[in-house]
Amino acid sequence: MELLGHLADGFATSLSPLNLMIVILGVTAGLFIGAMPGLGSVNGVAIVLPLTFIVPPSSAIILLAAIYYGAMYGGAISSILLGIPGASTSVATTFDGRPMAQQGKAGLALIAAAVASFVGGTVSVVLFTLFAAPLADVALAFGPPEEFALVLLAFTTFVGLGGDDVLKTIIMICLGLILSTVGLDLISGQPRLIFFDQPGFYSGVSFLVLAIGIYGVGEILYTIETSKSAPSVTPAKLTFKELKLGIQQMNKLWRTMSFGSIMGFFVGMLPAAGATPAALMAYGLSKLMSKKPETFGKGNIEGVAAPETANNAASTGSLLPMLTLGIPGSPTTALLLGGMVMWGLVPGPMLFIEQPDFVWGLISSLYTANLAAVLVNLALIPVFVWALRMPFTVLCSMVLILCIVGGYAPSQKMHDVWLIVGFGAAGYLLRKADYPMAPLVLAVVLGPLMEKSFRQTLISEQGNVLAFIERPLSASFIALSVVFFLLPLLKHVRRLFRGKRAEV
Amino acid sequence: MTYSFIRGLGFAVAASAAFFTATTSSAQDWAPDRPVEMVIMAGQGGGADRLARLFQSIIQKENLSTMPILPVNKGGGSGAEALRYLADNEGENHLIMATLNSYYTTPLRNDIGVDIEEFTPIARMALDTFVLWVNADSDIETLDDYVEAVRAAGGSWKMGGTGTGQEDSLVTAMLENEFGISVTYVPFSGGGDVARNLVGGHIDSSVNNPSEALGFYQAGNLRPIAAFTPERIGAFPDTPTMGELGHDLVYWMQRSFVAPKDMAPEAVAYYTNMFEQLSQSEEWQTYTQEKALMAEFLTGDELQAYFLEEREKHAELLNTMGEGS
Amino acid sequence: MLTADRMIAAALMLLSLYFMWHAIELPIGWNGMTGGPGGGAFPFWLSAIMFLAAGGILIRSLRGNSAYSGDFFDPETLRSVIGVIIALTATVALIPWGGAYIALPLFLIWYLKIFGKHGWVLTLSLTLSTPIFLFFFFEVTLKILLPKGLTEPLFVPLYAMFF
Repeated sequence: MELLGHLADGFATSLSPLNLMIVILGVTAGLFIGAMPGLGSVNGVAIVLPLTFIVPPSSAIILLAAIYYGAMYGGAISSILLGIPGASTSVATTFDGRPMAQQGKAGLALIAAAVASFVGGTVSVVLFTLFAAPLADVALAFGPPEEFALVLLAFTTFVGLGGDDVLKTIIMICLGLILSTVGLDLISGQPRLIFFDQPGFYSGVSFLVLAIGIYGVGEILYTIETSKSAPSVTPAKLTFKELKLGIQQMNKLWRTMSFGSIMGFFVGMLPAAGATPAALMAYGLSKLMSKKPETFGKGNIEGVAAPETANNAASTGSLLPMLTLGIPGSPTTALLLGGMVMWGLVPGPMLFIEQPDFVWGLISSLYTANLAAVLVNLALIPVFVWALRMPFTVLCSMVLILCIVGGYAPSQKMHDVWLIVGFGAAGYLLRKADYPMAPLVLAVVLGPLMEKSFRQTLISEQGNVLAFIERPLSASFIALSVVFFLLPLLKHVRRLFRGKRAEV
Repeated sequence: MTYSFIRGLGFAVAASAAFFTATTSSAQDWAPDRPVEMVIMAGQGGGADRLARLFQSIIQKENLSTMPILPVNKGGGSGAEALRYLADNEGENHLIMATLNSYYTTPLRNDIGVDIEEFTPIARMALDTFVLWVNADSDIETLDDYVEAVRAAGGSWKMGGTGTGQEDSLVTAMLENEFGISVTYVPFSGGGDVARNLVGGHIDSSVNNPSEALGFYQAGNLRPIAAFTPERIGAFPDTPTMGELGHDLVYWMQRSFVAPKDMAPEAVAYYTNMFEQLSQSEEWQTYTQEKALMAEFLTGDELQAYFLEEREKHAELLNTMGEGS
Repeated sequence: MLTADRMIAAALMLLSLYFMWHAIELPIGWNGMTGGPGGGAFPFWLSAIMFLAAGGILIRSLRGNSAYSGDFFDPETLRSVIGVIIALTATVALIPWGGAYIALPLFLIWYLKIFGKHGWVLTLSLTLSTPIFLFFFFEVTLKILLPKGLTEPLFVPLYAMFF
């Protein structure tokens, strides 16, 4: 009962006219920042953070929540329209969102992303409200072996055997993992793979640079080739009827969305995991469970809904370890954490007891921001879809400019812009030769955590490799990942047998 | 959009603050004519980053600079990237760098072609402290218990900390030398991560900064054993210092600002004055007290002498760790 | 197509050798002192796997088991792709000297007018509005400074106005 009282207080604050205005402005700003390739919630939050010392703290939290949610929604927009994931959390959205846009269903994909995000956000906020305190203990049980097992699971749900050329998939996974080791070796503290002694490599090869290079520049080179003059994206129209149709279609996706939200919340809640593995796992699992897995990657609406529910649910989930343990799961939550420290709050187990106003104010702001984000997003979808109707060369030149500037913005180094051009050209050639790109990008995202947790485990267990299967949590994750790894193979074998029998 | 709205609000507040500080800051003969880059030697979200962003927001709030100070993270290679960047921007007047102890250790451990003696010192804002922590569920209450437990574990005692060669590993090496013990050092990517793993029982002890472990300490999850400071830390009045227990172990994390080689003297004076005003601000005073930081302000030649002295100490420490090169 | 497949596989093999050469600067075996693999182990052994897999593709293609047929490049589109890559390279090379506000509009003029064959009205309106948008979005709002190169002094009054 006390809990509801706190929540009601929180809502009363977040629904005041001034705060409502802040929410709408924040969401809109976040949406545009998130829709820029290269920029994400971390940029929005970093800009606003110093200002939050000037406005009253309750408004400050609302503003931050609004920007955070707006940028999350915005990430899906660039994934779908341009095929460039705005942040690592929306990589999985490109896999089906981009093909949908190419088929002229950009509007539908955007609606699916918006509705799915809203569902994911809502479910996770409810879970957060109900279970925040007990779940903090679950997060504590996660040590390096569990982290490794979880990353492995995220990997295998996505990259099962079968499908693409196996040798080429292996090459791309290895290449991605190698690129993820560039820079500093945390364990020994030594720099490694500093190519040509360029200081830019000290900070490694960032996911964003690779994604902008491959999906931005590489994709444009690829489309220039397939159609120099004809538009590669079918101009999409969006009428009110289609909007209604889209929402009706979403009605069939309840299973995918509820599964995605719950899984997203729990994976996001785990420290060090966050929204990226959550989105990838949701995508992989909904493909595995689908009756028509072969339609994934070719514009299946489920392939947009699953990762979008999961990544929004996970972004809320990742606030949990930040608030209860003081562990940021992402650069954005790290900044929020810094903000809380500056407001004089000590994140940790005592926060829920000592500062209930803050905690529940934040939670109710999340509700409000989520609702505002979906409304603003739906209202703006026609504008975004309209952008796709620009002549192809105009669109391409704009995207290339955004790739250059967006690649420069996060780290402010020309080094990264050069890498983008290089990755673009290389990615173009590899794609032409049928090398799959998704495993490469995935490996760059998950690689660092995988290597770190693997080596941390071995160091603390004095080199005992069995440590991974001696602990119940990590053992069950590893068992699951073995199953997921072999599942597509089994299906494949079974189909082969059936095929043979049918022939006979 | 939001931004300009909030900024409007911000201006109102900032303008009134400026009214009072204007008299002190107008007596400058140099001021930045474009935004100033504040390079941070660490990645986003770490202790150094948070502190640098705190400085930025205080500067903005108190209107201490005519142009915005823009933080840029260049944490690659334990700060090697930031150091190289500073070295490459000789004579630049619109660039300052927030440092931590990797300012000494990174050039010592790897040949990155940077001599920190060439950089222009601006100001040392604070010294962060180190405390030895164990999980509150363990039986260890005193330093003697601790040493005994580590000996009994025979090398399998897990000490968590930040990356090898960084501060936590140096403090661990000091402990090992002093007590003749050996531990398994498990590196993590940040202090907060270390504290969580200690609470979760994945490691056995840590040498976290107080600010990183404070939340867990207040919740009764972590127990401080001893502080690596000459005097007791205000936030932990019952925790003895290593000195009191008869062991001469003191280690600090410095939080300072430096500028590129050959920055114009007027610009150096401007930034020094800016940080001096910052160090007197109310926010900074409260923050240092709450987070158990020692706000020991130092500038100019004294600061340079301090840097060089510390570099010597770290070179020795790294040598005893057996990997000075 | 077959030739291109082989050349890419061979290039990937060379690339993995280059990675291995870099990786051996750090220990690649089991590190007895700390326990667990050394700092070079991950990149080294992954490169080794990559080398073998690329070798496998090469062998497969030499045996003639490749599914590909037809040309890898069609000469006309190859020309436009190379054109765009050269233009991008030139633009990026120009940014540190001339600054983003010179290099990017030049790229736009080339892309829209020469490559895309659009009219002057469209070209000029986009060429002029893009830098203005970039300045207000990135510099004024997000406080991310773009490189200015030689044009730096021209921006001082703008800074004074907007910051």
